[in-house]
Amino acid sequence: MAKSNKPVVWFPFAAGGTVIAFCMPVIVVLGFLAAVGRVPPGLSYEQLHAFASGGLGKLVLFGVIALSLWSSAHRLRCTCYDFGLRADTLIATLLYVAAIVGSIATAVFLLRI
Amino acid sequence: MTPLKERLVQLDVLRYNPDTDTEAHFQRYEVICHEEWVVLDALNKIKESIDPTLNYRWSCHMAVCGSCGMMINGEPKLSCHSFLRDYEGVIRVEPLTHFPVERDLVTAPDDFMEKLKRVKPYVIGKKKPIEEGEHKQTPAQLMKFRQYSMCINCMLCYAACPEYGLTPHFVGPAALTLAHRYNLDSRDEGRKERMEVVATAEGVWECTFVGACSEVCPAHVDPASALQQLKIVGSIDWIVEHLLPGGKP
Repeated sequence: MAKSNKPVVWFPFAAGGTVIAFCMPVIVVLGFLAAVGRVPPGLSYEQLHAFASGGLGKLVLFGVIALSLWSSAHRLRCTCYDFGLRADTLIATLLYVAAIVGSIATAVFLLRI
Repeated sequence: MTPLKERLVQLDVLRYNPDTDTEAHFQRYEVICHEEWVVLDALNKIKESIDPTLNYRWSCHMAVCGSCGMMINGEPKLSCHSFLRDYEGVIRVEPLTHFPVERDLVTAPDDFMEKLKRVKPYVIGKKKPIEEGEHKQTPAQLMKFRQYSMCINCMLCYAACPEYGLTPHFVGPAALTLAHRYNLDSRDEGRKERMEVVATAEGVWECTFVGACSEVCPAHVDPASALQQLKIVGSIDWIVEHLLPGGKP
């Protein structure tokens, strides 16, 4: 049996999983803090806007969002598989297309800043 | 010395006799057991004093041989390691899921044995004349794979794995973990041969990291971690083979 080409989708998934594990809890906490009007110093709208305006900032944000989207898409594909939904090609296509569309949208919005 | 506490234990045991039954059915047994006993002791007492026709496998009674795996209240367990005091009410005992039942609680392990053979779970050694002595290994080299060498082939991980249940071709947790164990061994040179089986769609890539294998493993092998490490190894191999100049596909 030939070796699988799964690493193509698995590597970004693993990278995204790591990014999610490190960044998402922080983002959730910051989101709550912002909601109750207690934004930590250095994370005000103006400062974050300035961060997203720079080339490096755009790259970091794109990396975090695109990898997280890809990881979530792949995880959802695996979850569907675990639940016995065996239309894997269809599910994979739908989810990966959603992740790619989301990534392109992220790039477009970031470039507009 | 205070006498051991006794208790009436009720067990619903799945029975199946291929010579007379068309379908498996539950049979209720009631047996007086010591509070300190395990489910296997209860089954032994049933066989000795109530029903000698009851069939099940066991050998060591100390979680080493790996032969008494069965479903206890729906969970894959070693019956010699499942204490009666941890269960209330009627205890449901069934053969390991995902394996064909031969008789009562006895399942056929042939599929697992065939998969075990495929991953070559032995040292494929460096050729060295015997006069040069043994292959030495440092404690650090041993620690790399020691945990993965503790597998007792009890197949609880196969019964717990939903992927194996849905896709019987999947090589499965224990066999892949043993492949990883020999890949990590400093005396071994068989990684390339094993990856031909491990890195296929039926190999490690069928795993979706549910993690149930590690939860049920009585030897704390943590097969799920071995499989994730194999995915990293397989991915790096893929990059070398497909993207680097000079890499062979």
